[in-house]
Amino acid sequence: MSSGWDVVIIGAGIVGTSCALECAARGLRTAVIDPAGVGSGATAAGMGHIVVMDDSPAQLALTRWSQVLWRDLAAKLPPEAEYEARGTLWVATDEEDLAEVRRKQRGYAAAGVATEVLDSMALAEAEPELQRGLAGALLVPSDGIVYPPCAAEHLLLEASRLGAKMLEPQRVIAAKRGCVRLKNGGKLMTRHIVNACGAEATELMPELPIRKRRGHLVITDRYPGFVHHQLVELGYIRSAHSVTTDSVAFNVQPRQTGQLLIGSSREYGAEDATINYPLLQAMVQRAQMYLPAIRNLQAIRMWTGFRAATPDKLPLIGPWPDDDSLILATGHEGLGITTSLATGKLVAAALTGEKPVIVPEPYLPARFAQGLTATEVLRA
Amino acid sequence: MKTTFEIVVVGAGPAGIAAAVTAAESGRSVGLVDDNPAPGGQIWRAGGCLPAAARNWINRLEQSPVERLQGWRVFDSPERGVLRVERNRSTFAEHAELRFEKLILATGARERFLPFPGWTLPNVMGAGGLDAMVRGGLPIEGKRVVVAGTGPLLLAVAAHLSERGARVLAICEQASHRHMVPLAAQLARQPGKLWQGVQYRWRTRRTPYRMNCRPVSAQGDEKLKSVVLEENGKQQVMECDYLACGFHLVPNTELPELLGCRLEDGFVSTNDLMQTSLQNVACAGEPTGIGGVEIALLEGRIAAMAVCGRGREAHGLIRKRRAARGFVSALSRACGLTSRMRESATDETIVCRCEDVLLGSLRERSGWRDAKLHTRCGMGPCQGRVCGGAVEYLFGWHVESVRPPLFPSFVSSLAGSAAQTNDSEHIGETV
Amino acid sequence: MLLPIVLTVNGAAVRVMPGTTVAAAVLLAGSTTRTSVRGEIRGPLCGMGICFECRVTIDGVPHQRSCQVLCTPRMQVATS
Repeated sequence: MSSGWDVVIIGAGIVGTSCALECAARGLRTAVIDPAGVGSGATAAGMGHIVVMDDSPAQLALTRWSQVLWRDLAAKLPPEAEYEARGTLWVATDEEDLAEVRRKQRGYAAAGVATEVLDSMALAEAEPELQRGLAGALLVPSDGIVYPPCAAEHLLLEASRLGAKMLEPQRVIAAKRGCVRLKNGGKLMTRHIVNACGAEATELMPELPIRKRRGHLVITDRYPGFVHHQLVELGYIRSAHSVTTDSVAFNVQPRQTGQLLIGSSREYGAEDATINYPLLQAMVQRAQMYLPAIRNLQAIRMWTGFRAATPDKLPLIGPWPDDDSLILATGHEGLGITTSLATGKLVAAALTGEKPVIVPEPYLPARFAQGLTATEVLRA
Repeated sequence: MKTTFEIVVVGAGPAGIAAAVTAAESGRSVGLVDDNPAPGGQIWRAGGCLPAAARNWINRLEQSPVERLQGWRVFDSPERGVLRVERNRSTFAEHAELRFEKLILATGARERFLPFPGWTLPNVMGAGGLDAMVRGGLPIEGKRVVVAGTGPLLLAVAAHLSERGARVLAICEQASHRHMVPLAAQLARQPGKLWQGVQYRWRTRRTPYRMNCRPVSAQGDEKLKSVVLEENGKQQVMECDYLACGFHLVPNTELPELLGCRLEDGFVSTNDLMQTSLQNVACAGEPTGIGGVEIALLEGRIAAMAVCGRGREAHGLIRKRRAARGFVSALSRACGLTSRMRESATDETIVCRCEDVLLGSLRERSGWRDAKLHTRCGMGPCQGRVCGGAVEYLFGWHVESVRPPLFPSFVSSLAGSAAQTNDSEHIGETV
Repeated sequence: MLLPIVLTVNGAAVRVMPGTTVAAAVLLAGSTTRTSVRGEIRGPLCGMGICFECRVTIDGVPHQRSCQVLCTPRMQVATS
């Protein structure tokens, strides 16, 4: 039976599986298709940091809601999803950073996120391996850490329990107007298609305003207790915010296993998975500056992954105006794991017409469809 | 330390030594990188008596102008013509970049380990593993040892351990007589091999050599106490101090793969002159096909001659190599694993020792990557070197995707910065 | 004439001949090398630096492959 789907979700990453769970929970006949199996793309490549971010009010609303959803889900997650509410420490190096800490704290408070400002001494006590003499930090205790491939698998299993079907691995070559065409010649007819392909979303829809933004990560052997929180430099925001240049920022995460993930880097225009050694070195050197003793730890692997970046740093969630059947759930850049749960709810709301908990407008792909049309008009 | 060479050879086993010496004798500047404390590789490991050929080649190496980078590990190749290497010092690591025009890969092989209940107990070791430990100073005199698994290494290990005073209680070969007959026919055509086999057997003559015999389980609380063997369907408990267990060899193809060399059936593919699919990269020894010392020596010499532009002189060696490889294919057929070892492991048996992943949790997985992502199998520091060979046998999974670093390396080596500096750098400088 | 080397394994002195690996010294001291993720006690397996079962802390640096390091005088080895 190939004609009976209400929704076919392309991409079984954490976003696609979250969409599948929310759709199945609403009684929609749901199918998920992925060329490589659950959680094997950017879901496997990312850090799994559940983080509230405040670049814009819309980003804050989406990440805050998602963070709460993760905390609610935590009790149901299997142990291999390794969820831990470790909290994030936004590390400040100087007075300028401290001013940012206080600005951030006010914004978070307004959104109902409790935070705590640590001075230099309190920071040194909380994280003794950090370089001495740092100015302080903002602690966001409610931020968490998760192992995304197993979390995605859990979401898919729950979706399957509610009737969703994971189809045989197969590459999708075209998806529009209620028809999903497969590389093997197969065809799926459906009322709705959800493009949850992350940075690959443009393979099916080249017109999407998404660029691949490559990142590097390094993981170490097990060193339990080396650091206790996700440690991120406040400059990370400057680095993440830049839309033009390659950048690195200090971002180290303690895994439940005792391993450390060392990040992060951002670069545009890199389409393959190879390692940019100068950038990797700058990234690791930066980690060494903040955590001097990290240099003596054993790194066991390094890899790259692709974030799906949009021009305004907000995801594309909701209907695509040019095609009634198409719903987008992509463009999450570095926040795909965090915002996957809210994304699933927004997608399901779009499909069923229900009213979501937060206003969906800032994330609607229509903001770019209009922009494109305007450009086209200008060109003509 | 010199870091720029005309030729770099990776691996100081027989193939690497022969390649380095041959290239140096052609007047080239040669760097030989090896991660062990002393040259010889696994088969000519220092710390025990070595055959005359080994002493001879190691002498030639020591007297040659070859720059020996002993104790250095290759962990990455950031670009063509460059290898990044690292060495442990007592409390920090040194790292360096080696630059070269031509590369000869002689990365050797490792034992294949197969899981069975109890195989993670201390004192259950590889066959080559126990041998290496003894050469590294572990006293074995008077200890009761059971040698089990498959392949010619079992006999060589048993012979060496007996010589060192071990009481080798049994040598258990999983293959049956039927499989060994063609090997005997090949042996008859290779008097050297036959003679070696006879010597090994003579040195282990008091030890029963059991065919169609496999380890079913190892028992003990915190250390090995006994092993259950099954011979022709009958089980028997044997008390012992060590179980030395290896199931033939797996080639070390990680570096060739990282560089992009083409593989065929799991081995590095080369032409008659041992050149790989990559220009200026040759490969010799076990990674091109498990063949043992004689072939490794031939291949090392051929590779070096070709790399030095003396390929025409290698014809005689190429002929010898072709002849010797007949034995290799017979050997790999004879040591082909029967399905019986699959029966030893249960769902509760650990397959991935780094992450303690049980066999039962792997059964529902579709392949290596799926297993890695969702069970952590192969995600630990050995990077799948142990469990990869096991899941290949158990499930037919192809172990893919070699990622740098090739071996766990110090973070400082990845940073390309000094390991321990006393000057405190200023935060905010680099970006 | 080679003189023995004295090092410590978990604080106890061990006397070995030069050329002895740290892995062998650990076994000589009656110890094992590491505790696994699930809490199993482990000893060396491969003897050649690929299995990582012989990881120990040497002079304060954890996760060192003891089978590939030779003992030196006053070396301090700790197992887990």
